[in-house]
Amino acid sequence: MATLFQGLPSSTAFSSSNKFNHAPAPTSFSERKSSIVTVRSDARWSPVLNSATHKPQRLITNAVATKADSSLASTSSKPGHELLLFEALREGLEEEMERDPCVCVMGEDVGHYGGSYKVTKGLATKFGDLRVLDTPIAENSFTGMGIGAAMTGLRPIIEGMNMGFLLLAFNQISNNCGMLHYTSGGQFKIPVVIRGPGGVGRQLGAEHSQRLESYFQSIPGIQMVACSTPYNAKGLMKAAIRSENPVILFEHVLLYNLKDRIPDEEYVLSLEEAEMVRPGEHVTILTYSRMRYHVMQAAKTLVNKGYDPEVIDIRSLKPFDLHTIGKSVKKTHRVLIVEECMRTGGIGASLTAAITENFNDDLDAPIVCLSSQDVPTPYAGTLEEWTVVQPAQIVTAVEQLCQ
Amino acid sequence: MALSRIASSSHASNLLKPLSTALSIRRLISSDSTVPLTIETSLPFISHKCDAPPRAVDTSASELFSFFRDMATMRRMEIAADSLYKAKLIRGFCHLYDGQEAVAIGMEAAITKKDAIITAYRDHCTFIGRGGTLLEVFGELMGRICGGSKGKGGSMHFYRKQTNFFGGHGIVGAQIPLGCGLAFAQRYSKEENVTFTLYGDGAANQGQLFEALNMAALWDLPAILVCENNHYGMGTAEWRAAKNPAYYKRGDYVPGLKVDGMDVLAVKQACKFAKENALKNGPLILEMDTYRYHGHSMSDPGSTYRTRDEISGVRQERDPIERVRKLLLAHDIASEKELKDIEKQVRKDVDDAIAKAKECPMPDPSELFTNVYVKGLGVESFGADRKEVRATLP
Repeated sequence: MATLFQGLPSSTAFSSSNKFNHAPAPTSFSERKSSIVTVRSDARWSPVLNSATHKPQRLITNAVATKADSSLASTSSKPGHELLLFEALREGLEEEMERDPCVCVMGEDVGHYGGSYKVTKGLATKFGDLRVLDTPIAENSFTGMGIGAAMTGLRPIIEGMNMGFLLLAFNQISNNCGMLHYTSGGQFKIPVVIRGPGGVGRQLGAEHSQRLESYFQSIPGIQMVACSTPYNAKGLMKAAIRSENPVILFEHVLLYNLKDRIPDEEYVLSLEEAEMVRPGEHVTILTYSRMRYHVMQAAKTLVNKGYDPEVIDIRSLKPFDLHTIGKSVKKTHRVLIVEECMRTGGIGASLTAAITENFNDDLDAPIVCLSSQDVPTPYAGTLEEWTVVQPAQIVTAVEQLCQ
Repeated sequence: MALSRIASSSHASNLLKPLSTALSIRRLISSDSTVPLTIETSLPFISHKCDAPPRAVDTSASELFSFFRDMATMRRMEIAADSLYKAKLIRGFCHLYDGQEAVAIGMEAAITKKDAIITAYRDHCTFIGRGGTLLEVFGELMGRICGGSKGKGGSMHFYRKQTNFFGGHGIVGAQIPLGCGLAFAQRYSKEENVTFTLYGDGAANQGQLFEALNMAALWDLPAILVCENNHYGMGTAEWRAAKNPAYYKRGDYVPGLKVDGMDVLAVKQACKFAKENALKNGPLILEMDTYRYHGHSMSDPGSTYRTRDEISGVRQERDPIERVRKLLLAHDIASEKELKDIEKQVRKDVDDAIAKAKECPMPDPSELFTNVYVKGLGVESFGADRKEVRATLP
């Protein structure tokens, strides 16, 4: 169930530079004159977004440059609107369902109940039971059903009530979702979005605290993204729905109640891009999902101690945005990866390998990867805290790395 | 091909008994090909929670003729695939369908190409039934680019999007939820089409079958689940794997029908009945009582778990092609010689297709990376670090 995200600052009070300083927007695509590595899935829509509807729309990837002296300004003068992360997901979902009648949602308790994390609240009354389908508790077959429907042209969004339950649907996701486009010689595309909350929550127990990104990462043919703020949650949700490839969108149980301001205008983010959270000079910290907040908390301490960390939220777990990451590595020459995945075979492990293979000459020190411990997540609160990476550990790691 | 028929074609609409061939008047096939014939199925249908369809099947001379020709093509194709496998031109898994042709052909006769079919890995003949060509089959089996999936799928991955054939799946039972998804999409788009989801007696014990059946029945999806019961799940006989081998009854609340799967007309009747029912009442289970002459796949001799007498017994008494041959001869639609000519022609077509496929090239190495993702990404992208495309950083 949705737990209040306590004890961590809201996403609007990060660090000195509060602008969402993303990698270059598509309008400045020409800046990247070098051979194209990071190609957005929506590259072909710039400059005209969404030609299906006839409203003139601009692709906005820079969030409203808000913040600064928030105490003075009143909320009404700031552009955009404030909402919680699950509401941002819902907004993105609702906009896409309105835009394209082929988009439908299926999952347990998504319809009448409104979603166990309220992401689909109100959608069933608006769009009907067939488009927001309450399925029985049969992950394997309703995932398969979604994939079969996608083969004919529908665009289902399959919700796992908890990512861990999708282990039951692993066969469908691996064989049918990921591979059908290839084994059919390109005949069928599978534009599904598989989403759900994962990650370590507040004493949910081992089976409900799983991080599936490490299990899914080697499936060929799928894309994986992890959202961390209301802004990128809505943008990634929309991009994932519009993508022709199967996308797995990883949400985090503890991030659903994050409040932030997002633009009123429609925007879609690129699925393969990383997000520059805080530019810096001394060390590149790569992170995603909830660990972003632990990193930003550690960054405050580090800044006080005189370090200048560059924090990148990698967002795209498969494929990695090596362009942004490489640029950063070339600048700082030191890499710290902070993730919630397990040490063995996690996203950090793949990222370490990818960076070492591609940018070894630019590294002054071996890559340090901080991951969760290779244990089932215990119930006891203190033990659970120790399975995931804490800000203090991040500070220590940066200090050691920068010696 | 000329048809020879007795002049008294007024008998056509009765349940025909073999007529004497004393006087045969040769007519062109086009003139009386669509004159309806009514033939009774050899076995009655056994039903579960529904009324069985009548045993009298409407067909026509040309339809029977096409049954013969198509089934002979399929049979010849599978036998040729057997030889190619032994010659090591086909590798990996090769699951042959000979003996079961009536199911594929009968189903096609009852439905349109807008209805969807999805099956498991014994899909060569279903692909042909849905409009695939022999060249595409042999090309794919031999891994050439002229194959149906450009050589990248293999024996278990035949698909044909334009005629709604959704494959071709290697994992036992995984196609059943996909089939329900196809039916869901048909209901969602309000099309008046149905989906035939085929699976075997081995897959009938999979949990996902019952999960999918529950959902299909819950939402009245136009899904027809067809169990091709060839009595052996690889090497395990059905009585050793299933507590209740009456697969047509296993749907419980879903009506079912048991059909003689070696009788192409019975299959046609059952599928027609199923389509009408599914559009009105939701899912249905059809159990086709059929038999495969080959083993489970080419690596299985097929004789360690069943006797050769059993195989030859079925071949003598229930072979689907022989049955149609006898019907054609009995109703004087064709003569022995004409049927033999068709078989010779079929053999030649198959040999031509094999020769052409052998000349086809293997896929280019760059094909390794195509179609991993749909081209929305702009580049061929395939891996965590996209090694093929490197970034030139400023």
